[in-house]
Amino acid sequence: MPDASTAPTVASESETRYSAPDATGHFGPYGGAFVPEILVPVLEELREAYAEAQADPAFDAEYRTLLREYVGRPTPLSFCDRLTGYYGGAKIYAKREDLCHTGAHKINNTIGQILLARRMGKTRIIAETGAGQHGVATATVCAKFGMDCIVFMGEEDMERQRLNVERMELMGAEVRPALSGSRTLKDATNEAIRDWVSNPDDTFYIIGSVVGPHPYPMMVRNFHRVIGDETRAQLHEHEGRETPDAVVACVGGGSNAMGIFYPYIDDEAVRLVGVEAAGEGLNGRHAATLSKGTPGVLHGAMSYLLQDTGGQVEIAHSISAGLDYPGIGPEHSHLKDTGRVEYVSATDTEAMDGVRVLSEQEGIIPALETAHAMAPMQRLAREIGPDGIIVFNCSGRGDKDMQTIAKHR
Amino acid sequence: MSRLSDTLAACRAQGTPAMGLFTTNGFPHPDATVPVLHAIDDGGADFIELGMPFSDPLAEGLPIQRSSARALSHGVQMDDAFGTVAAFRDDSDTPVLLMGYINPVLQYGIERFCTKAANAGVDGLILPDVPPEEAKLLTQHAQTAGLDLVFLIAPNSSDARIQRVDELATGFVYAVSVTGLTGSRLDGRGAVQSYLKRARGLVTQNPLLVGFGIATHEDAQELSQHTDGFIVGSALIKEIEACWDDDTLSDDERYTRIRQFAYTLKHGDAVAAA
Repeated sequence: MPDASTAPTVASESETRYSAPDATGHFGPYGGAFVPEILVPVLEELREAYAEAQADPAFDAEYRTLLREYVGRPTPLSFCDRLTGYYGGAKIYAKREDLCHTGAHKINNTIGQILLARRMGKTRIIAETGAGQHGVATATVCAKFGMDCIVFMGEEDMERQRLNVERMELMGAEVRPALSGSRTLKDATNEAIRDWVSNPDDTFYIIGSVVGPHPYPMMVRNFHRVIGDETRAQLHEHEGRETPDAVVACVGGGSNAMGIFYPYIDDEAVRLVGVEAAGEGLNGRHAATLSKGTPGVLHGAMSYLLQDTGGQVEIAHSISAGLDYPGIGPEHSHLKDTGRVEYVSATDTEAMDGVRVLSEQEGIIPALETAHAMAPMQRLAREIGPDGIIVFNCSGRGDKDMQTIAKHR
Repeated sequence: MSRLSDTLAACRAQGTPAMGLFTTNGFPHPDATVPVLHAIDDGGADFIELGMPFSDPLAEGLPIQRSSARALSHGVQMDDAFGTVAAFRDDSDTPVLLMGYINPVLQYGIERFCTKAANAGVDGLILPDVPPEEAKLLTQHAQTAGLDLVFLIAPNSSDARIQRVDELATGFVYAVSVTGLTGSRLDGRGAVQSYLKRARGLVTQNPLLVGFGIATHEDAQELSQHTDGFIVGSALIKEIEACWDDDTLSDDERYTRIRQFAYTLKHGDAVAAA
């Protein structure tokens, strides 16, 4: 198989029509930068540094080298023959982000951002984490680059994801409990932003999803587009065509989904399907921001949001700590409104079924987040039929979730 | 000229720094907010900032976070803020600004919010997570309703930025004293003073007031050297918290202590207020 990471040219040629965000970071009415004044110059500095880095071939070369030699890219595109037979319809491929170093796609972004941090002369890295995957990916690159690392994590998540706390600490990161609010990802993000406001000069905030103020949603998407770029080249190797009939990914903040969707966005024949966490069901406790939320501002951007009628942010629920977030990336809100992406949801029970099916049929134990992407698979496979192709983003592996999985089996 | 501008101009004419005091609506209890406002008004506040509680107040340190959570635990809504101001207005002409985060305002509807606020007797707005770039609609509706719209500057703001904020702000320009949260320690006072001196030279359209981390009369005097006045929030919130958490105090004693606290911040002499 050729090195797909060096062959994204076809994808960039297709980028002729879709151009969001605009210069001020707006995706339609969403996005922007709703931040305290202290962060205004900090974000301006970041935007300038990122634009310069994008124009510097040496930056891209170093990023690609690290992805290849440290992360293990390109990740395979695996044909799932038994899963295809199980669902009895379209051919199903898995983009194997679970095989990235640290076990999830998150490291594509942390590599990119830490290179930018170093370029800007920042010495102290902060991050937020829910399930701990982004925290681990950040702690990893901080160890690799010799930078101080502080990860904010909800106190409740620290208990649920003890193993990831141990991993971060082993790599030299300090994990600080977020004690406010629901003590989960939302509150960890609040604490990270408060730290950033208090230390704007030396600190770089590595945000873990396509959320936050401009330029983060765009920048994080761009660092993850390698997923979709590789998929195009690899699918061409397998099938003689770059475009499948559908691409499916789970959506919490939405970084793995944007990474695989973005290079396909102008191929309008490709159905893009995002799967949100419906938790206990859409009428119970859930995290289905696009299905049940309304536009609002949280963590620096306008986007769909789970909130009460008074504009107070509501607590999200999902069996998966990584999807347990009341907001969503602003680009997803835009893509929902324009209809380019179909958003559906999967309950905790459906996610557990997805874990079981993928484990039994393919020998891949997915992360609970990833397993949500299995929920619409049967319907899609049958709608598309045996002549068609579905690619799903296998965004992470399930080792971290074994305790939860064992409890629910 | 707005009532807020008149008040700040009068303070300037008298050569005394204007004192703005912040407390949260619905804190420590919805029934106590109006009497607290009167207590700080009687204690010498030249204007009042009334916080609209939000679940995720990003720029706030712990005291104001706690006050917001406490207010929300009582089920406080946006309409209650208008009710508080209207009730306060029955007995006082002291300017009141509403301060809070944009999301509850968005859900209420920006135009409806501005209209209701003005009708209740609100003089201006401070929304710290809305920088000028995102303030187009807010500016338009605040202006239509006759509300001042205060914008903030920070120690890391460039000269050009400070001038731009000054052009867009009405009422006053709010200088955040340190790169930090509300209630931060005022470390590196030399740097704070040179920043305020720089801002003083750049802010020409509006009065310049300083806030964040000011806890005592001495802090206030020091930071008012290069400004037209100061704002105290977290220190007052902590005082209110201490009074209401002390079961041995009667409500009268509590309001007296709050009034004295305000008086002392302004004059540095608690005895005269009693």
